[in-house]
Amino acid sequence: MMQTITCECGHSNPYGTSLCQACGKPLKQDVEILSSMRYEGSARRSQTYKQTLVDKIWNFFSSVKVGVWLIVIILVAAAIGTIFPQETFIPPNVDPATHYESEYGTLGLIYYLLGFHNLYGSWWFILLLGMLGLSIIIASLDRGIPLYKALKTQRVTRHDQFMKNQRLFSKSSDVELDEIKYTLESLRYKVREENGNLFAEKGRFSRWGAYVNHVGLIIFLTGAMLRFFPGMYVDDILWVREGEKASIPGTSSEEGQYYLENNDFILEMYDKEEKKFNSALSSVDGEVAKNYQSNVTLYKTKENHTIGAEPELEKVKSGEIRVNEPFKFDSFALYQTDFKLNEFYKMSFELEEKATGNKFGKLTVDLHDPKKEYDLGDGYKVKIEEYFPNFVLNDQNQPSTVNNLPDNPAFVFSMYSPKTPEGEKAFVGIQKNIDSGENQFKMTFAGIETKDLTALTVRKDHTLWIIALGGIIFMIGVTQGLYWNYRRIWIKQNAGEVWAAAHTNKNWYGLKKDVEFLSDKTNLTPLEEKETASK
Amino acid sequence: MAEISSTLLYSAFIIYLFSTLFFAMSISDKKGKDAVHTKKWGKIGFISSCVGFAAQLGYFITRWMASGHAPVSNLFEFTTFFGMMMVLAFIILYIIYRTNGLGVFAMPIAVLVIAYASMFPRDISPLIPALQSDWLKIHVTTAALGEGILAISFVSGLIYLIRTVDQTVSSKKTLWLEIILYSLIAVVGFIFVSIGFKGVGYETTFEMMDDNNQAVKVVYDMPAIAGPSNGEQLDDSFGPLFRTPSWMNGVDASIKLNTFIWSLLAGAALYGLLRLILRKRIAAALQTKVKMKPDLLDEISYRAVAIGFPIFTLGALIFAMIWAQQAWSRFWGWDPKEVWALITFLFYAAFLHLRLSRGWHGEKSAWLCVLGFWIITFNLIAVNLVLVGLHSYA
Repeated sequence: MMQTITCECGHSNPYGTSLCQACGKPLKQDVEILSSMRYEGSARRSQTYKQTLVDKIWNFFSSVKVGVWLIVIILVAAAIGTIFPQETFIPPNVDPATHYESEYGTLGLIYYLLGFHNLYGSWWFILLLGMLGLSIIIASLDRGIPLYKALKTQRVTRHDQFMKNQRLFSKSSDVELDEIKYTLESLRYKVREENGNLFAEKGRFSRWGAYVNHVGLIIFLTGAMLRFFPGMYVDDILWVREGEKASIPGTSSEEGQYYLENNDFILEMYDKEEKKFNSALSSVDGEVAKNYQSNVTLYKTKENHTIGAEPELEKVKSGEIRVNEPFKFDSFALYQTDFKLNEFYKMSFELEEKATGNKFGKLTVDLHDPKKEYDLGDGYKVKIEEYFPNFVLNDQNQPSTVNNLPDNPAFVFSMYSPKTPEGEKAFVGIQKNIDSGENQFKMTFAGIETKDLTALTVRKDHTLWIIALGGIIFMIGVTQGLYWNYRRIWIKQNAGEVWAAAHTNKNWYGLKKDVEFLSDKTNLTPLEEKETASK
Repeated sequence: MAEISSTLLYSAFIIYLFSTLFFAMSISDKKGKDAVHTKKWGKIGFISSCVGFAAQLGYFITRWMASGHAPVSNLFEFTTFFGMMMVLAFIILYIIYRTNGLGVFAMPIAVLVIAYASMFPRDISPLIPALQSDWLKIHVTTAALGEGILAISFVSGLIYLIRTVDQTVSSKKTLWLEIILYSLIAVVGFIFVSIGFKGVGYETTFEMMDDNNQAVKVVYDMPAIAGPSNGEQLDDSFGPLFRTPSWMNGVDASIKLNTFIWSLLAGAALYGLLRLILRKRIAAALQTKVKMKPDLLDEISYRAVAIGFPIFTLGALIFAMIWAQQAWSRFWGWDPKEVWALITFLFYAAFLHLRLSRGWHGEKSAWLCVLGFWIITFNLIAVNLVLVGLHSYA
């Protein structure tokens, strides 16, 4: 495979080269010089080897056509994914299998069955992204490396055929070479001279823009994939009641476990009377939120903490968490995500004799941790037989609970007194108090305490810096490739005549202005534009 | 301060209209005095677009002072700013290429964008907690600038098509070109019907059941062609001709559909009127006026993409991701607005690859620029108004 082609200028080119790297002479027949200039007619693997399976895979992924198709397929799929909400945006307590059909009809069902409800996490979408990544890598290697070699090897003196076939070309006589050189340098071209011929170039680095931005994209995609490795990424939610401490999920390590105390949750609304926003606020029903804030204190257990034992906590720091202002510690950050106001916390009851209205003591039930039995003294006591934190009648019309949140607490109490040592049962819930009708005693509602809750997202993301690096490199590459362009002007002495040719990879308008300036300032015949085949 | 601000915006709007007129004067064909005439009116057009831009910048600054936050926080403010960035992009490209013809199309389209913006509530609104960040101004302004520059590639591509599509025979191309022009006219239609029905104070009310089976009142400010998906009309006004399909369940979906239908109808009426007056396709009528070199138009539209793409990427994706990380704890969440920004990015990435590596110049490239602008406006309008997501705060 180390076969090379030696050009008449003496330069030895890799097998597969179509334009000599040094002088630009076509090395094959039927080479269209101008369109080959896109990659300098260099020997690209994909254009040279087409036999084996590896060649075929390489050639498939190196094709820009394939790359563009991948982009278009991803684009269309992504667009379809926005027609109906993704699974993560539908209410948490519904079954997607029925939700899409009931909300959006047949189209919704089809959407669900084809897997568009979870498009961006689906295997085929990720496969497409992977293929695009592969295409970016292979297409860049296939073009970038030969292009680099060709541009590095290019000589000042170019072959006649190369010169003649450029889009901008002219022949002159009587030209002061020094004047041309001086003018080109004043346009900030880098000018080289060889045997009375000139080669001026400007902005070669812009040719690397495409490859730099592709490197950035690959780093970005790699960063995004690293999330799936354990330890790189934590995404959890933490609910804490006011005045309580909770262990922060994902923060356990040999150095201990973090705890967070919610000192206060603050919800502020805009004042409707505020003059500045008066007209906007009066046109909406309800209020507009101004601030969601949790005032918290961070604690950490001592180093040799054993799990299960009552933790000994040391205060680390206090802080305020608002939307847009996360609370950071170690590699973690806590974000204000949600809240719940006035959650039932403690409920109080009194034991009352129905006939007399006499009361025999009060009990307060912690709705998160109810006791089995409350002794009220003098032989009076109340037992909790059953507790339904979030009461509902189930399919069989039996009392049950939706979940463990005390949103609608209900109890089956057994009430004991010296008069009723056997106990009397009653079912008590919010605005419900049901017994057999023969009870002498009843439980009377005597007050409720509530607490606010805050919900914080617990996040650790070790992939962020990789993603950021990828983003920065991409931006550098894309700017360098699109805001600059590689302009080249060749001047060649040819049997008493002076030939001039010019080329750029983009912005012909800018190049034309340069060569106009050049022919204005010197005796050079203005370069004329050739109608190109690509139009 | 708020009054000064509105006055400045209004002035900018009028100056832009005049600027359009001046640019049109510059390309108007008067024998004998071509060069001088063109140069003179082109210069006046350019200066007036700069003055208009300065006035609008004044609106932006005074509104910022009045509200205490960058005025890019709701649909009116953002869309107005987008129009202003289109003008800025036009000014930049005019400085590079000195083409008066571009102004004839770019300025009225910017005017249309601003007029469209002012159909939304214009009150100075307070910022919800998610928007209270410096990234609001950084992300939104950069994204809008990128989109404004990309919009110029559309303008230039559109002129290219008007200039080059063969109008002697009726073809798919002439049809699509008319559809594009019709959609621009439909925006004018939208503005007419909005102002018209507001002017006469039209109102009709429906009572419908919402998702929670609560009876709610739905107030239309245009006669109801598309009624709500359920419920009854409470007055004897012009009744709905059909019900909005129930799967369209965004906020006030039926009102939006109804307004959309009215805009299309008004657009059709205007379009029909123009066809009657011109007695040929609108693009054919415009073709006789447009003398710009196709090569230059192609160059401008490509250059606009080359300048706009990195700015768009920076503003609409990178800054967006930084902010999303800070506000929502994740830099990417597949929210519809995010997805459509990605789609825009992918589209222009495909455009650049097709152009650089596969030689899609000229007409193909021009059609793509038109399609790209369609994606941008879809993201601007439909994603906020129709699709449900974190960005539907307008």
